[in-house]
Amino acid sequence: MEIKKISAHYGEKLALDQISLAVRKGEIVGLIGPNGAGKSTLIKVLSGVLRASGGEASIEGQEITTLSPAARARRIAVVPQARQLGGAFSVRQAVLLGRTAYLGFLGKPGERDLEILDWALKATAVDSLADRKLAEISGGEQQRVLLARALAQDAQVLLLDEPTNHLDLKYQVSLLRLLRELVKKEKLTVLMAMHDLNQISGVVDRVALLVGGKLMAIGVPEEVLHPENIRAAYQTEVELFHHPGSGKHYLFPKT
Amino acid sequence: MTRKPFLTVSLLLGTALILSVALGAVTIPPGNAFKILINQLPGLEFRGVWPAYFETILWDLRLPHTILVALTGAALAGSGAAFQGLFRNPLADPYLIGVASGAGLGAIIIMSIPQAGRYLVPLGAFLGALLTIIAVYQLAKVGQMVPLTTLILAGVAIGSFTSAVTSFLMLISDQMVLQAMSFLLGGSTVTGWEPLVIATPYFAVGLALLILSGHSLNVLQFGEEQARQLGLPVEKVKLFIIISASLTTAAAVSFSGVIGFIGLVVPHIIRILWGGDYKQMIPLSIFGGAITLLISDILARIVMAPSYLPVGIVTAMIGAPFFLWILRRAKKEVFW
Repeated sequence: MEIKKISAHYGEKLALDQISLAVRKGEIVGLIGPNGAGKSTLIKVLSGVLRASGGEASIEGQEITTLSPAARARRIAVVPQARQLGGAFSVRQAVLLGRTAYLGFLGKPGERDLEILDWALKATAVDSLADRKLAEISGGEQQRVLLARALAQDAQVLLLDEPTNHLDLKYQVSLLRLLRELVKKEKLTVLMAMHDLNQISGVVDRVALLVGGKLMAIGVPEEVLHPENIRAAYQTEVELFHHPGSGKHYLFPKT
Repeated sequence: MTRKPFLTVSLLLGTALILSVALGAVTIPPGNAFKILINQLPGLEFRGVWPAYFETILWDLRLPHTILVALTGAALAGSGAAFQGLFRNPLADPYLIGVASGAGLGAIIIMSIPQAGRYLVPLGAFLGALLTIIAVYQLAKVGQMVPLTTLILAGVAIGSFTSAVTSFLMLISDQMVLQAMSFLLGGSTVTGWEPLVIATPYFAVGLALLILSGHSLNVLQFGEEQARQLGLPVEKVKLFIIISASLTTAAAVSFSGVIGFIGLVVPHIIRILWGGDYKQMIPLSIFGGAITLLISDILARIVMAPSYLPVGIVTAMIGAPFFLWILRRAKKEVFW
């Protein structure tokens, strides 16, 4: 996926200022930055919810900003935060709605749709919950259902908007582990907005740091998650630690 | 009973239809009513003894009235379910959000124009309904959401306004026109086969369009943003649903007047019994609406027989307490 000089406005306010970045197949790029930096806005623009005021984006050479909602949904799937779910649906019904872009107006699934539905339920380990109502399962399980729904879209690109928000530590770890396995196995292209600077480094291949709608830095986590970058972006002093076992970097606010 | 929803509602509808043609100021034993109806089919002949006027009452009065009542109830509950799904709001109902009053005003405006024919009345009601729903939606919208409170407030405000204009037009009308308009108060006094022939195409098209929108309504339950990300052309689909539901409401109002609460109560009961899948909920609500309005109409006929109570009074008396119950329940409702 290639993003070239994408800009977006909320009314008069500039929310994204000429963002350019590329994500390769099988790669996870993390989006970080303070609140209001434009992480969610970038996801909205790429998924067609918000119109870009400039620039372009393409997937495997195909320009996407001009596609119809269905054609776009076959190339880009979004995993939103598990809030405001239609609680009256069963897990199976919810995941099947991931096939919307392939179904006709009446939404009648064909054999291939049901095959992909089964695969998506199994791949995210929610197949045992298939007949439960969304309102009856935990937040962590709901988040996996939303991942299953996105997988059912059979799209090359996955966009995730802070998928671990509101989840217990156990579910955070298992969701991110599952995501990484799937991405490597299915060669997906992933852009994921994240809040937790330490959690991100074990999951993503590269990190993009957004500040005030601008791309401030992009690169491997060790480069970007540097105390100087973090100070400039978040106006917070942090210290860098190396984990003695794994050699990974961790950031902690100075007290 | 709860395992086979369509069988259940079909049996209930059959029973309600038979009771509706049998009961009234003159009671025809349901067995005889059934036989008289069957005898109208070619090749079937049931022998039985009944006065000849039974057949006249049944065929010329009760049957067309019954079919019209069933279609009206079906239309109100079907459009109620669609409005609830569209706004993701359990209190949306063609009456409470003012659409029915808007349709009534549209119908009255056409009726007060002497040159306009009776055939144009449903069209006027349709335009009235459409304009009202667009106005209410714009007033009630807060950002991307249509919250419960603003929706009801906007609906009540617009509904009161259109009702006031309707009353004003009725006051300044002459006696002849006034008589034609009186049915709008919520009691169907339209009788005979002719209005039914005019009405049926409107009902048929509106109800069919509503049934077709089940899948789109399901996708919309996750919010407009997610619906678009899933590949639904949200603006087109919303317009389609608004037009279908307005057409259906307009058909009901043009031929049976403004009847409240059916569109609120019935989809709610269906949702509690059989869940919130709109592919199933819309057709079940259509059945349920027909059953509920038929029963209300039977009550309206027998409570003060031989005079006929407007059925809107019966539905309001049952529906208003139900509305309050939903309002209390909505606070802790898990399905919304």
